[in-house]
Amino acid sequence: MAKGATQGGIPTANIKRKKTFRLGHDLRTQLELMTMLWPAIIIIVIFDFIPMSGLLMAFKAYDPISGFKGIFTSQWNNFENFMTIFRNFEFWPMVRNTLGINLLGSLIGIPVTLIFALLLNEIQNAKFKSFVQTVTYLPHFLSWVIFGGLFITLLNPDGGIVNFLLLKLGLIDEAILFLGEPKYFWGIAIGTNLLKEIGWGAILYLAAMAGIDQSLYEAAAIDGASRLKRMLHITLPGILPTVMILVIFAISGMLNNNFTQIYVLQNSLNMPTSQVIDTYVYRTGLGQFQFASATAIGLMKSVFALALLLGANHLSKKLTKSGLF
Amino acid sequence: MVGGRSWRERTFNVTNVVIMIAIMIVTIYPFWFSVVNSLNTGDNLVRGPIFAWPREFTWASWATVMSDPGMLKAAWISGSRTVIVTVISILYTAMFTYAFSRSYLKGKKWYVAIGFTSMYFSGGLIPSFMLLNWLGLYDTYWVYIIPALFGGFWNVIIFNANFKAIPEALFESAKMDGANEYTMFFRIVIPLSKPVLAALSVFTAVGVWNDYGATLYFTQSADLQTLQYLILKLIQSSNAVEQMANVAGANNAAVEALYSKAQGAGIVTARTLQLAAMVISSIPMVIMYPFAQKFFIKGVLLGSIKE
Repeated sequence: MAKGATQGGIPTANIKRKKTFRLGHDLRTQLELMTMLWPAIIIIVIFDFIPMSGLLMAFKAYDPISGFKGIFTSQWNNFENFMTIFRNFEFWPMVRNTLGINLLGSLIGIPVTLIFALLLNEIQNAKFKSFVQTVTYLPHFLSWVIFGGLFITLLNPDGGIVNFLLLKLGLIDEAILFLGEPKYFWGIAIGTNLLKEIGWGAILYLAAMAGIDQSLYEAAAIDGASRLKRMLHITLPGILPTVMILVIFAISGMLNNNFTQIYVLQNSLNMPTSQVIDTYVYRTGLGQFQFASATAIGLMKSVFALALLLGANHLSKKLTKSGLF
Repeated sequence: MVGGRSWRERTFNVTNVVIMIAIMIVTIYPFWFSVVNSLNTGDNLVRGPIFAWPREFTWASWATVMSDPGMLKAAWISGSRTVIVTVISILYTAMFTYAFSRSYLKGKKWYVAIGFTSMYFSGGLIPSFMLLNWLGLYDTYWVYIIPALFGGFWNVIIFNANFKAIPEALFESAKMDGANEYTMFFRIVIPLSKPVLAALSVFTAVGVWNDYGATLYFTQSADLQTLQYLILKLIQSSNAVEQMANVAGANNAAVEALYSKAQGAGIVTARTLQLAAMVISSIPMVIMYPFAQKFFIKGVLLGSIKE
C-alpha cells in the first residue's frame, strides 16, 4: 500500500510520513475490527469450545444429576466407559452399519453422480440442460423428514407404488414391508440418499467442467478423437481435483452418518441394520441418560474421523498432487 | 460441435436425452405422487392407489392442515426462526469475514486457529446438551436463535473467496477519505456482494427451515415444536400404528389433535393429512430453490474457482 503511494507523485514530506503511518494500523481501526470479530469468537468459545471440556466425561464415572459442574468434580474411572462400550453386544453391529452404509454409499454415489454429470455435460441444448439440473436438484432442498416420509409412503405395503408395481409385474407374490425388514435398510438408505443428492452433486462437477480450456476439445476433435475419448482424456482429468476433494470428504466422513436421514427411516423393526453410531449416541445419551458412555463413543468417533481426514488428505496428495490442505 | 452429425453421434444424443428424462422422472416423481395423493379424497384412496392424477379431487386435507392450530403454531416457530437466523447470521458472518479479511488486522493467526479448530472439533451432542441446559437455554425459543447467530467458518471461507474480488483500491481511497470500518462494510462490501449474500441466505434458510435436530435434542414443550418435527411425529405415529411397534409419537398432543380430525370423515384420512402436511411444508423451499441455482453459480462457485 505504501509502495503504491510513492509512485503517485505525492510530495516528499508526505512520503516520509507514509512510511511510518501504515493504513489501518491505528488503534481506532483495530478496535472497530475487534467489535466485528469478537461476537463470533464468544459464540464459538461458548457453544463449541466449552462443550469440548465435556469430553472429560468419557474418562469419568459421571452422574447426570451432578450437572455441568459434575464434569470436573466426578471421579476418574480407568477407561471403564470404553470397556463397557466394547463389551456391549450392540457395538460391533453399529460400527458395521455405520461403515457399511457410508462405504457402499460413496462407492456407488460418487461414480454414479460423476457419470450423470458427464452425460449431462454432453447435452447440447443449453435450456434442456439447465432444466434437467433444476429438476434433479429439487430433492436436495427438501428436508429428510419430507423426502424420507415420501419414501416411507412409496415403499408402504398398503398403497405404495413400489409394491404395486412389483406385484403387477409379477416379481413378488405379496407386498413387502420394506422398512420393516432389516435386509433392505442399507439399500434404502443408500438409494434415497443418491436420489436426493445426485443433481446437487452434479452441479459441482459441471462447474469444474466449465473451467476446462475449450481449445483442448477443439484440438482433440481435429485430431479425430471421438466423443467418448474426449470425455475420458480431457473432461475426466480436468475434474479430477474436484473428485479427489469429494473423495477426501467421503473418507473423512466415513464414521459420520447422516443422522437426519437415518433417524427418519429408522424404526424398531429395522434396528439391527439401521442403528448407526450417531443414532446410538442420541438414543442412549439423551434417551436413556447414559451421558458418559455416549460421550466416550462420540470421542472415539471424532478421533478416528480426524485420523481418516489426515490420512486421506496425505494419500490424495501423494497420488494426485491435490489435497484439501 | 466440430464434425458432422454421424449416425453414432445421433444415437448417443437420443439415448442421452432419454436417460436424462428417466432420471428426472425418478427424482421428481415421489414429490408428485404425494401432491396428487394429498389432493384426492381419502376414502377413494382405499379402493386403490393413484399415480398420475387425483381421481376424486378435494382440497379438504390441505384445508384441514392449514387451519390446524398445532400446524400453524409449528409453522410460525419454523418461519420466525428461519427469518431471524438467516438475516442476522448472514449479515453478521459477512461482517466477520470482512474484518477477518483485512490485511491490516492484527492477531489474524489467532482467529485462523480458533476458526479451524471450530471447523474440525466439537464436544459432540451430549456435552452441548448439558451446556445448553446449564445456560438455561434448554426448552426455550432462544435455543433456536443464539447458537446459530454466527454462520460458522465454512461460510467465512466462501465469503472470503468472494470478497477477494473487490479491488483493494476502493477500500484504500475510502479509508483516506476517513471512512471507518463499518462504513466500508456497509457501503462497499454489501453492495458489491449481493450474489454471494443471496446464495448463502438461501442455503442458510433452507438449512434452518429443514432442521429438526434442535427441536429433537434441545426442547420438549409442545409449543416449541417446529414444522419438520411435527411432521416427523406424524410419520412416526402412523408408522407405529401400521407396524404395531412401540408408539413413537402418539403421546404428542398436536399430532393427536390433527389425527382426530381424520376419524370418521371419509374425505380426509390420516394418510392424506400426512401427505398434505409434507407437501405444504415444502412449498417455501420449492419456491425458493430455483433462485439458488442462479446465485450458487454466480456467488459461490465463481468465487471459489477464481482463487
